[in-house]
Amino acid sequence: MARRYLPVAAFAGLIVAIQLATFFTGTAYHLTQLTMTAYYSLVTVGLCMLIGYAGQISLGHAGFFAIGGYVTAFLTTCNLKLHPGVLVSVLEKSGLLVARSDAYGGSLLTVHPWPACGVAILLAVVIAYLVGGPVLKLKGHYLAMATLGFGIIVYRMVLGTEFLGSADGISDVPGFPLLSGMLITGNSSARVSNYYLAWGLVILGMVLLLNLIHSRVGRALAAVHGAEDAAGAMGIPTARYKLNTFVLSAVFAALAGVLLTHYNGGIGPSEAGVMKSVRYVAIVAIGGMANLWGALSMSLVLNYLSLRGYFGTYDDAVFGVILILIMLFAPDGLLRRHILSDLKRAVSRNPAEEEAS
Amino acid sequence: MTLLSVRGISKRFGGLQAVSDLSFDVAAGSIKALIGPNGAGKTTIFNLISGFLPPDCGEIVFGGAEIHGMSSCEVAARGMVRTFQHIRLFPKMTVLENIMVGRHIHSRAGFLAGMLNLPFTWGEERRIREKSFEIMELLGIGAHAGTEAISLAYGQQRVVEVGRALACEPKLLLLDEPAAGLNMRETNEMGRLISRIREMGVTVLLVEHDMSLVMKISDEVVVVSYGEKIAEDRPLAIQKNREVIRVYLGDDA
Ligand SMILES: Nc1ncnc2c1ncn2[C@@H]1O[C@H](COP(=O)(O)OP(=O)(O)O)[C@@H](O)[C@H]1O
Ligand SMILES: [Mg+2]
Repeated sequence: MARRYLPVAAFAGLIVAIQLATFFTGTAYHLTQLTMTAYYSLVTVGLCMLIGYAGQISLGHAGFFAIGGYVTAFLTTCNLKLHPGVLVSVLEKSGLLVARSDAYGGSLLTVHPWPACGVAILLAVVIAYLVGGPVLKLKGHYLAMATLGFGIIVYRMVLGTEFLGSADGISDVPGFPLLSGMLITGNSSARVSNYYLAWGLVILGMVLLLNLIHSRVGRALAAVHGAEDAAGAMGIPTARYKLNTFVLSAVFAALAGVLLTHYNGGIGPSEAGVMKSVRYVAIVAIGGMANLWGALSMSLVLNYLSLRGYFGTYDDAVFGVILILIMLFAPDGLLRRHILSDLKRAVSRNPAEEEAS
Repeated sequence: MTLLSVRGISKRFGGLQAVSDLSFDVAAGSIKALIGPNGAGKTTIFNLISGFLPPDCGEIVFGGAEIHGMSSCEVAARGMVRTFQHIRLFPKMTVLENIMVGRHIHSRAGFLAGMLNLPFTWGEERRIREKSFEIMELLGIGAHAGTEAISLAYGQQRVVEVGRALACEPKLLLLDEPAAGLNMRETNEMGRLISRIREMGVTVLLVEHDMSLVMKISDEVVVVSYGEKIAEDRPLAIQKNREVIRVYLGDDA
């Protein structure tokens, strides 16, 4: 147990240290990108569970992120234009609807962020079950292609749907109020609290996933990953376990989509793009596949660099190249124990041997 | 009492009739062997019985219930567990972890309980661990608990695979060539292990090429050739059966 939770405490310490460093160096504006990084990390660790532990690839997880983001954006910005009446006031009192004023001072009646979030997650779960059911029967390249297809469908749909803002996406999404009176919002006054909230969520997600991989289900998933037929012979319902993990990772992605959309105040179609999905997979790969901490630390570094613009116009290309290089030279990822001996072997490998084998 | 009853099952792969109209019973508490030349269809019969392949026709009754059409995992949950001709241990997992997977059907912590690390799972995990150590001691592989299973010597991997199946506490254990690739000493040990498993109350159905092993430990033998049953009898009688001798030694014998 200590071995499971000690790194969690260390990571929490790192998060605090980063915040303090930005405070003392007067660079608190970095917290904005770091908060966004936290939400993207939520997608990454969920996907790491699916790819690294259950052994199932998905090249469509930006689709689930977008489903979460777009559903909440639409519901919390679309003016319902209901006539005031008993029903409306009951819905308002119960907290399902909320009246507010828009940017131009007009009055607006929309769905409250909490039920909107609920609908978004529920829809992601339903779609994950519907897509995952048939798709997870496929293996390897076929599964990759099918999930890629799903991602492209979501992308084309948000791009081509007028009420989802087409190429512009949806903006003016309100903040997400929490019980404590806190608001998930990009306002600079709430920067520090939002930073801690977002990373707190990531840490909570990590604890849940770490628990899972050390449980009976985690063992079963490792068995399915290692030898699916033998896992079936042990009475493990392999299809159901794969599907549940797929849905779980979709929930992580959709929740990240919901919260980041409220934080940013909007969402655009690029969030649903294939290159976003590739980026998530690339980070899981460079983190070492079956390595939650690897995925998280790589996500922290790479997303931060990307969001700060260090990769310039090559942003997407960087992640594509990372994925190619990892697949070619270190298919088990960079962060693992035997990296040095592997490198030595790779260097000393001579061509004659290659031909002989 | 009959534990498993196979009634007229057949399986066709394209133009090949791998199993045709095959019937036999396995009595509870017995060791039954399934023998026949390579390609006779023995592994296919195992696949049909254990839910890995659906039979084209016929009935399979296990523990009084029809299991035809059930998935391998449903069949396992009912108490029929198999091993594989080509060892299928879980890579990147220790011997202990491999055996612990065998306790899956006897424990119940699901996704939610696992993620929340609910207190009831702690006791469950402890019992899984204890039972797994018990089995490793029984098989004499306790010293390798922390070793990656697939890094063991071949003979020990076979033992781990049997141990993993035993951890399921099956009613019926299907062993597909458990002595394949073992040396003489290891084969004898495997024979003793199988007899001990029967003494524990587990019924065994066995595919094996090592005739002396089969004749020594089994109560009854079924002989298949080209997917058809050509004999079913006690070991001594099988050894004298003319048809069996013809199949094994060729037509000139
Ligand atoms: N999944 C399959 N598809 C096609 N042919 C198969 C399949 N499984 C087995 N066979 C064929 O069925 C025959 C019986 O194979 P098998 O059951 O493995 O024999 P045994 O275990 O007795 O050596 C062989 O000719 C084999 O090639
Ligand atoms: Mg065989």
